[in-house]
Amino acid sequence: MGTEFKEAIHEAVNNANLTGALGKFSEAYKVNRAKAYEGIDFEELRGRIAELKSFAASHLEELSAQFEQNATALGAKVFRTCDPAMVREYILQVARDNNVKTVVKSKSMATEEIHLNAYLEKAGISVGETDLGEWIIQLAGQTPSHMVLPAIHMTKEEVSDLFSKEVNERLNSDIPRLVKVARERLRPMFLAADMGISGGNIAVAETGSIVLMTNEGNARLVTSLPRIHVALVGIEKLIASYADIAPILKALPRSATAQLLTSYVSIITGPTPNTDGSMKDLHIILMDNRRSEMAADPKFKQALQCIRCASCLNVCQVFRLVGGHVFGKVYTGGIGTILTAWFDELKKSEDIQSLCIQCGNCKEVCPGKIDIPDLIMEIRRRLVQEQGLPLLQKAIYSVVNNRRLFHTMLRAASLAGKPFTSGKFLRHLPLFLADLTDNRSLPAIAAEPFRDLFKKIRQPECTEKAVFYAGCLIDFAYPEMGAALIKILNRAGIEVVFPEEQTCCGAPARYSGAYEVAAGNAIDNIKALLSVDAQYVVSACPTCTVALSHEFISTFESLGQTEWLPQARELAAKTVDFSTLVKKLVDEGRLSLKEGRQLGRITYHDSCHLKRTLHVAEQPRELLGKAGYELTEMFECDTCCGMAGSYSIKMPEISTPILRRKLQNIKDTGASLVAMDCPGCVMQIRGGFDQDDSDIKVRHTVELLAEQLED
Amino acid sequence: MYQQFKARADGVSAEVYRFDTKTAVLEFVRQFLLEEGVADRRGFYSLWAKGSFLNGMDRQTLPAIPGLKFEVTRELAADARIGISQMHWALADTGTLVQDSTAIEQRLVSSLSSIHIAIAPTAGILPDMPTLLATVNPKKCAYLAMITGPSRTADIERVLTIGVHGPERLIILFCDELGGAG
Repeated sequence: MGTEFKEAIHEAVNNANLTGALGKFSEAYKVNRAKAYEGIDFEELRGRIAELKSFAASHLEELSAQFEQNATALGAKVFRTCDPAMVREYILQVARDNNVKTVVKSKSMATEEIHLNAYLEKAGISVGETDLGEWIIQLAGQTPSHMVLPAIHMTKEEVSDLFSKEVNERLNSDIPRLVKVARERLRPMFLAADMGISGGNIAVAETGSIVLMTNEGNARLVTSLPRIHVALVGIEKLIASYADIAPILKALPRSATAQLLTSYVSIITGPTPNTDGSMKDLHIILMDNRRSEMAADPKFKQALQCIRCASCLNVCQVFRLVGGHVFGKVYTGGIGTILTAWFDELKKSEDIQSLCIQCGNCKEVCPGKIDIPDLIMEIRRRLVQEQGLPLLQKAIYSVVNNRRLFHTMLRAASLAGKPFTSGKFLRHLPLFLADLTDNRSLPAIAAEPFRDLFKKIRQPECTEKAVFYAGCLIDFAYPEMGAALIKILNRAGIEVVFPEEQTCCGAPARYSGAYEVAAGNAIDNIKALLSVDAQYVVSACPTCTVALSHEFISTFESLGQTEWLPQARELAAKTVDFSTLVKKLVDEGRLSLKEGRQLGRITYHDSCHLKRTLHVAEQPRELLGKAGYELTEMFECDTCCGMAGSYSIKMPEISTPILRRKLQNIKDTGASLVAMDCPGCVMQIRGGFDQDDSDIKVRHTVELLAEQLED
Repeated sequence: MYQQFKARADGVSAEVYRFDTKTAVLEFVRQFLLEEGVADRRGFYSLWAKGSFLNGMDRQTLPAIPGLKFEVTRELAADARIGISQMHWALADTGTLVQDSTAIEQRLVSSLSSIHIAIAPTAGILPDMPTLLATVNPKKCAYLAMITGPSRTADIERVLTIGVHGPERLIILFCDELGGAG
């Protein structure tokens, strides 16, 4: 990770204005977005959008040609190019041919992508941004920090300083007054401009139409007052038919700003009359800039389903801490990471891809149904493939991939950790590892790992068998969770089998882009877990469960390895998370919890993989309720705790404030006990409370239920 | 559908009225222009763009207010306080007005003035966007404009502020007597 990048993160997370503004915005957005989508079947809607955009992505050449033909027939001039330099030259040429002195622009990310303003200014043409946010950052000499709200990082005081300089008058920070100043200042620019430049939210091949959406009304002026209109449209904005506009218009404003529709929508189909009676000189530029290459990539084609709503930024736990500028100069947030890797270069995404905590929030809300976290993982994989792993990581994974050595080292660590251990926690670590325990104590490595403890547990005769996949944390830090699981399953008449050859699930390697290592882990585990004939493979760690049920398969697929795919599928079909299995056993009457207990208040933390990949949220709540706990939901119950495997190690500056927020939300419920289904979350949250000297208890659901079994 | 439209349009700070007759609409406009101080000087003009509402109407019956003009130029529009134009359709589910704005004067009066009075046929209310897109033939409508409430921004500290580049007030007058637009 570059020093500059680390510094940018450091600066951002310590900018109270920024994190305060973004924090409030993300909270309000969640509520408002839900309201805007009331009565709408979001899954159906995004299914349609994904389908029509995916169709378009498969037919970019045909649709571009069709668009060109239709728009040209109406009198527009259509210019198609792959090359950003050609776009810049074309626009400058049109300007020169028509003696253009000033240009007004409405918001266009495509023009940002090719750095058009600087190019035109250099050629002596004055360019004025007219979207209020864009104008603010233009005056400030900055770049947008958010695709929809470009100046979200600035305070009204900063804006009033900028405007005061611009109008030579001391202004206060009254927002309506500042907006009025912008109106008065920009109006003469609109009226004087020779050329208007816009982007395009949608381009319709069937009719040669472009669709422009704004709230301020600036695009209406940009496309009406100057005698020349240039629209720069990325070819991913193409759709096949006029009727396809409707679903995008339904989702885009709701997802972007929680509006039912933007104040203004203009559908322009060919040139229109100017105020002097002449016809508009309308130029539409269809820009490729690697979009066709993206469409040809089986993995990244889906990124072209993006409608640029920026909801992936709005729900991102990391974005709300660091803001847009840490991500780069043009496209920001989750989708921005992907677009930067393509439109700029893969290398440019090296640092920013590591910002993704893989919590899956963005995937849930994306109206284009893009699996953004998965695509970021793919970027990681390709970076590692191209450049290899950093040395330290390589050393770690060579150990992880050697099960015996790995387990021996973990046992050794149990002893080596001793000098730093206080009770059940590692409170301080030496030297460069100190960051790890800055805000959170780590669990001491258990004196007796689960694999040893298991041999001492006596199980009753059972007719059914379940294979237990412990995962590293339960095996080496929290063996008591494994013991609790055995107790519960035995009560339901299920014998628990623990194949010793099981090893790390490969998630740490995979999340670092080391897919070859992850594939090695997958093969070892498949062999071990399928070696016993059992009904279920159960895990009490959602990350491990996801590895077994989803990621072994996708790791093999990404690497093009087919040998172990059938076995991976067989394992996936048998794999179940702990709460789902126990809920099923209770429903079937095979397991009973003590009745009529009043165990007091509890709150529940949803772990990312459990909630958003396995879609399990109600099962643990119902079980805890049945056991006698009274559930009080915390604010943002399904927001990441900041652990995310090795993320907390690589990005402590981001992970820590995410953890702090989670701890506060738990405290605010007033409950003295918080339950969760993931040992990683337990480690993170328990460690956080330990550092706080808080007496709030942090428990895995498996432990709580094991205490409440009917005799 | 009118009630649904009104609820949605109210929700985005438009002001919605409904009248039986064109005469009643004219009376409202006359009163409104007087109250808003429309006068024959820069910054106080009111421009009324062409439309079926005005077509065939005896000019004598139109309000005789100094500053109310029926010719629309770029210069006058830039100095107008109030713009009046006629819409063709409305969308009930979003409170949206829709106009074939191909003629530039239609856009001038509705985008440059501080207050936009939009007259719309009650019979032109459609349920939603898909119905509209099935109704309009884009080949015959070069500039299809949709307007949902007044101009707005949240670009400074995400505080909703009305009236950036477009009108800060949108007054919608539905008229039952105006036939469906189409």
